[in-house]
Amino acid sequence: MGIENLIAGYREILEESPLEPAAKWKTTHPGSKVVGCYPVYTPVELIHAAGMLPIGIVGGGNRIEIAHADSRFQSFVCSIVKSTLELGLTDKLNFVDGMVFHSICDPARNLGSVFKRNFPQMMVEYIHFPQNMKSRSTADYLAAEYNRLKKSYETLGGKTVTDEDLGRSILLYNEQRKLLRELYRIRKETPQNLSTAESYVLMRIGTLIPAEEHIAILKEALVELRQRDERPKDRIKVVLEGSFCEQPPLELIEGLEAAGCYILDDDFLIGWRWLVEDIPTEGDPVRNLARAYIDQSVYSGVKHDSRQSKSKHLIDRVRETGASAVIFLAAKFCEPALFDYALYRRTLEKEAIPHLALEFEEKMWIFDKSRSEVETFVESMLFD
Amino acid sequence: MAQAAEAVKTTYQGQMHLLQKEIMGKYFERLTRAAEQGDGKAVYMLISGNPVELVLAFDMIPVYPEINALQLAVKKVALPFIQKAEEMGYSMDNCAYVKADVGMFHSGRKTPFATIPLPSLILCNYVGCNVYLQWFEHLAEYSDGELYNLDIPFLHGESDEPSAADITYVVRQLEEVIEACERISGKKFDYAKLQQIVSRSAETGEMWAKIKALTKNTPSPFDAYFDSVTMMAPLYCLRGTEEGLRFFETALKEMEEKVELGMGPLPEERFRFVIEGPPPWPYLRQFRDLFSKWGAVAVASTYSTVGGLWEFGFKHDSNHPLESIAAHMLKWNLTNRSFLQRYEQIHRYVKEWHADALVIHSVKSCRLFSAGQGDMREHFTKDLGIPTLLVESDIEDPRYFSEAQMKNRIDAFFESLEHQKMLRESAQGDAR
Repeated sequence: MGIENLIAGYREILEESPLEPAAKWKTTHPGSKVVGCYPVYTPVELIHAAGMLPIGIVGGGNRIEIAHADSRFQSFVCSIVKSTLELGLTDKLNFVDGMVFHSICDPARNLGSVFKRNFPQMMVEYIHFPQNMKSRSTADYLAAEYNRLKKSYETLGGKTVTDEDLGRSILLYNEQRKLLRELYRIRKETPQNLSTAESYVLMRIGTLIPAEEHIAILKEALVELRQRDERPKDRIKVVLEGSFCEQPPLELIEGLEAAGCYILDDDFLIGWRWLVEDIPTEGDPVRNLARAYIDQSVYSGVKHDSRQSKSKHLIDRVRETGASAVIFLAAKFCEPALFDYALYRRTLEKEAIPHLALEFEEKMWIFDKSRSEVETFVESMLFD
Repeated sequence: MAQAAEAVKTTYQGQMHLLQKEIMGKYFERLTRAAEQGDGKAVYMLISGNPVELVLAFDMIPVYPEINALQLAVKKVALPFIQKAEEMGYSMDNCAYVKADVGMFHSGRKTPFATIPLPSLILCNYVGCNVYLQWFEHLAEYSDGELYNLDIPFLHGESDEPSAADITYVVRQLEEVIEACERISGKKFDYAKLQQIVSRSAETGEMWAKIKALTKNTPSPFDAYFDSVTMMAPLYCLRGTEEGLRFFETALKEMEEKVELGMGPLPEERFRFVIEGPPPWPYLRQFRDLFSKWGAVAVASTYSTVGGLWEFGFKHDSNHPLESIAAHMLKWNLTNRSFLQRYEQIHRYVKEWHADALVIHSVKSCRLFSAGQGDMREHFTKDLGIPTLLVESDIEDPRYFSEAQMKNRIDAFFESLEHQKMLRESAQGDAR
């Protein structure tokens, strides 16, 4: 199968019935459990090692009508919170045995509680990720938090997790992340050979199927991608920032590209590739997982690491990829992203890096406005 | 049907109120002296579960950007600062407390109540609210202050007990804060002094808990929302000091006398309600009057527990000062507890404080408080059968307060409560 067909097939699943692969997996694996992971981060290894399938529950996209969740969450709350709840209230998460939420933002935290009340049959977990990366006690704390979680997953999965189990899961997801890094390397170095929309589909499908299957898909795709040799188009090279949680519609991503951008790097689905290096496999695996968050995870709007400013990370990323501009694409009402923008803007202006700020909603249908804003931005840069 | 009284203007004017003005005035003068004459080192902190005792042990000055932001709103000068922040790139949808503070910070830090000193230490006592982290991250970038993110694990489990790992993590961090304070203040940590301060906090907390229990009386001697906020400033800014203690002694005595005399804040108490959510500071008086005219008194509020939950049994322990400060931050304040634990807290208020209804004031600026309050309303009306009203505005941004709309909703709600009450009373009459 050609790579275009491969991607088109997965894209159709993602647009029409994204949760179906996971639901199907469950029916073909009787007695097995599925755990939904709300963005951004999850130590999926802990779930996998307990014999369960971790999947990304990343909102409802633009094909879902919010009929019930609007009465639970106010108009000023972002779309992904409501659409995720809507999935639950319309029985689309009935096959999900557990959900995990994190300390990424205030609405996400409250959503965990609302899930607990509305879906008592589901095991709802919550991880408090440390916000103090400087303390001498942070690693001990996170290891204890992960051990607590491990116990919880052992109960749900009905299986004791040994260090060997966890070691195997770490190896598996190390491989998946390595392949995703390779995908991003291709985009950074030869963006004409892999569009952002394509890489997005290849990545997102992996959040909905077992990692073993995803690894096979990525390997197949990478073989074909390495053979592509397209001629670069006259486009500006940008780094995209701000979409770490709620995901923009694919049509919008395509629109940005068609309007004249090569997106060399982005923060889509960052939770599935949040570790920039492999997690070591020697020593205590839980502790290794904890240390990885503290020392090997990517910066993001919802990770608070006062060792280095986020703005510096962003500037470094622009320099390192060779991009000439930044597109800041934040979900409407996403407080962390919108706060970050105020600091990013200040630094980008200081560094004289052109940038464009856009807002999106996952339920968007009309993209003309964003597209024409990007076109104007691109023109101002190309003909400057 | 009984009609709502016309335009009842209520405001609390007792000894407590005058004393509050006096001691808070002195506190703000101290901020100004620190800012203008370099007299003392300022530590920026946040209200929720604040560890003010540690800061006082080094004779440093606690500064609360939240209190400054709310003062700007109360004094109706917040909007230009909010707009300044928006010009800098902050969004319409960002917390307006932060925007007012950032705008003020970039305008010479001068306010009608004090000049705000620059921070020597930016102590982000992360208790529940994620915006805190961003707020202090931004202030650290705008100033030369050192940032310490005192991370408090969110109390999210089934039980309302923090784990041993949570407690150890917080105590270890408090020790690191002490190291930072020693370095910044140039003073050696004095354990006995901290114990003394913590012991005063324990006494203060105990009196505050007693005061809050008095609203179980009918009539309630004071309004547990609109008058409680008068007591909250000394509770956070001056807890652990002699004058803070004196304030609570005065307030307790005054409220006990009111109970003796059967006096409340209104001529007649016709409804008792519990209120959830922070107040609309720019329109506090207008908001209060909308309830007063119905004879409605708040007998309990969740907002008054953002700094601590003394009324449910917390007491600082001078024998274990750091552990008790950690317990305060982890367990004994509203914002570090889950949404469902808040439902339980409200339910307890409704039952034990004998309330007729729950009013939810949903504010755009504070998603920690507000996100999901529709679910809360669903639970209280459908599962528990408690009349519940949800109204929306903001804690800081005057652009989100629509008095006419608010009035319509509140009037309709109390009209319906009045009607139900009348039916009940007439049914009781028939039975007799």
